[in-house]
Amino acid sequence: MLTFTLRRLLLAIPTLLAISLVIFLLVDYAPGSPLSDIPLTVPPDVRQKMIEAMGADQPVFVRYLLWLKQFFWIEPMTQFDYWFGTSYMEGEQRILSWQTRSPVFSIIGERLPQTLIVIGTAYLVGILIALPIGIYSAYRQYSIFDQAGTLVAMIGFSVPTFFSGTLLIIIFAVWLGWFPTKYDTTLEVTDWASFLEQLRQMAMPVMTLGLANAAAISRYMRSSMLDNMSMDYVRTARAKGLSERTVVLKHVLRNSLIPVVTVIALGIPSIFGGAIITENLFGVNGIGAALIGAIHASDLPMVQTLAFIFAVLIVLFNLIADVLYGFLDPRIRYD
Amino acid sequence: MADGAAPVLDVRGLKTVFRTRGGEIHAVNDVSFTLRPGELLGVVGESGSGKSVTMMSLLRLLPAPPADIRGGTAMLNGRDLLAMTDAELRATRGARVGFVFQDPMTSLNPVFTLGNQIMEPLITHKGMTKRQAETRAVELLDLVGIPDARRRLYQYPHQFSGGMRQRVMIAIALACDPDVLIADEPTTALDVTIQAQILELVKELRQKLGMAIIWITHDLGVIAGIADRVMVMYGGQVVEQAPVKELFANPQHPYTRALLQTIPRISGERSERLKVIEGQPPILTGPLTACPFRARCEYRHDACDAANPPRRAIDGRMVGEGHDVACHWHAPAKAEMANA
Repeated sequence: MLTFTLRRLLLAIPTLLAISLVIFLLVDYAPGSPLSDIPLTVPPDVRQKMIEAMGADQPVFVRYLLWLKQFFWIEPMTQFDYWFGTSYMEGEQRILSWQTRSPVFSIIGERLPQTLIVIGTAYLVGILIALPIGIYSAYRQYSIFDQAGTLVAMIGFSVPTFFSGTLLIIIFAVWLGWFPTKYDTTLEVTDWASFLEQLRQMAMPVMTLGLANAAAISRYMRSSMLDNMSMDYVRTARAKGLSERTVVLKHVLRNSLIPVVTVIALGIPSIFGGAIITENLFGVNGIGAALIGAIHASDLPMVQTLAFIFAVLIVLFNLIADVLYGFLDPRIRYD
Repeated sequence: MADGAAPVLDVRGLKTVFRTRGGEIHAVNDVSFTLRPGELLGVVGESGSGKSVTMMSLLRLLPAPPADIRGGTAMLNGRDLLAMTDAELRATRGARVGFVFQDPMTSLNPVFTLGNQIMEPLITHKGMTKRQAETRAVELLDLVGIPDARRRLYQYPHQFSGGMRQRVMIAIALACDPDVLIADEPTTALDVTIQAQILELVKELRQKLGMAIIWITHDLGVIAGIADRVMVMYGGQVVEQAPVKELFANPQHPYTRALLQTIPRISGERSERLKVIEGQPPILTGPLTACPFRARCEYRHDACDAANPPRRAIDGRMVGEGHDVACHWHAPAKAEMANA
């Protein structure tokens, strides 16, 4: 397993380099100018100076190589300096956002916690709702519970978050007034009251995304359970005199979880990616919102860096899913 | 074996119906049989004759719906399996009755170690601690002839061959010293040499442990070698039942005789083609109102279409105790047998 993991990690290097190049070129050839937000009254020669100051006039391969160096060497070392109080990277050029002129990683550092708290909770809530529903729906296939579960899953699956989110705002914020319409990023949790406030403002984005996640995962869980429920080993387990609980929650569930865990692991990068629409809808100032802002402003370093980080996470969680697979299913051993 | 002793298992009038979209399938029709302590009862019949469904009905292992047990009693040591509550039934399954299934490749759970799967019934029924169960599991693996048992306990099913897995299945079935072992075509999915090994193992275990065994098979050769008594099933009912020697020497039902003729002979010239029974087994969409075998029977006459023949003893003993047959024409003349 260790050899397998190491081999996969090594293989990930060329993969990621190729991905980074493709991302860089795609973003670079996209239409738009980093100066589109600058007022037209700024004279052309000043504009030219601004472009040069950003380094945007350099050829694409120079900028790509510089970005590689910044991403893989300067940024990690800067973090190292920060942690250990050293100063190896003093005066080195970090990846700077064209919009704000501040380091991209500082912006990510500010935005990511918001995303992880809200979207991460939504994902977790989605899983916690989906697994029991999926298990019970399969165990009582075609029962009223199963039919209702199917209906809710269909709704969660097919209704876009911008619609369900807006609906929630109208019902719970506007009509009932239970939750605030906007997520307040500046709220700091210091005591019980502010913690409750945080829960209240998280409730609607978490419900919106949680429903969508739960819909998908509960379907996977259900069909995986159904696949296993009719297997011969289930009959063996019953013939041994085990309780239905043990038969279903031990024998069937353990087998059914194998594909579902993979699906869940592969979905985790999307938490870091943020939920662009939901974040915008509820004003959660997270990564998704930052990415959208950067795309609008043609802030190429920001877009490239974020897109590449997502790529790294996807490659990483693919590997994690494969390793998990090996742990869950003894028939799969990679060495 | 012990003739006249009180039966361990006494099944009377068992009826199982499958409710499907296309209507009802009457898979088991009024099946009665007894199993005496230490006896090995062979159950023979072709696919779809209701052998497996009968035995699975006893422990209610069929998914319900569609399966519906319509009637009958199944007394196991004086307690009716079919009237038990779910909890009582669970306490019986695996404890008093062990079950070995046909395909050892799929009958074990692939994600748990063998030790885990053998120990489960011990912990559930005998209330053993993990350590006690482990010791017993090693004993059981030794018993069924798996070498290096202690190490094997921590391995997974995919690390075992088919024959080894079937040995493990037998170990699981025997874990709690059951009164009855039901083996549902346990050698069908194995190749011939392994079949022979498993047969030897079961013979040996029977000597050692003395439990009663129901052995379902469609292979008459297997039955001849191990059974005390044989029950032939056709169309979801028992068509003939007799001690094994009597059945092979003096088969009465035309179906039994046809079955015996399909066994290829090893000795002699191989000039003849393999014999088959022409036609298809009946599809049991309703209660039987005529003999189910009539369409394939060379002795068919009007009575066969008019009524389903009941089982009749032909040696003066009670039905189920000696030799009985369900045929309107149960004692064909010797001359005609020669022609058949």
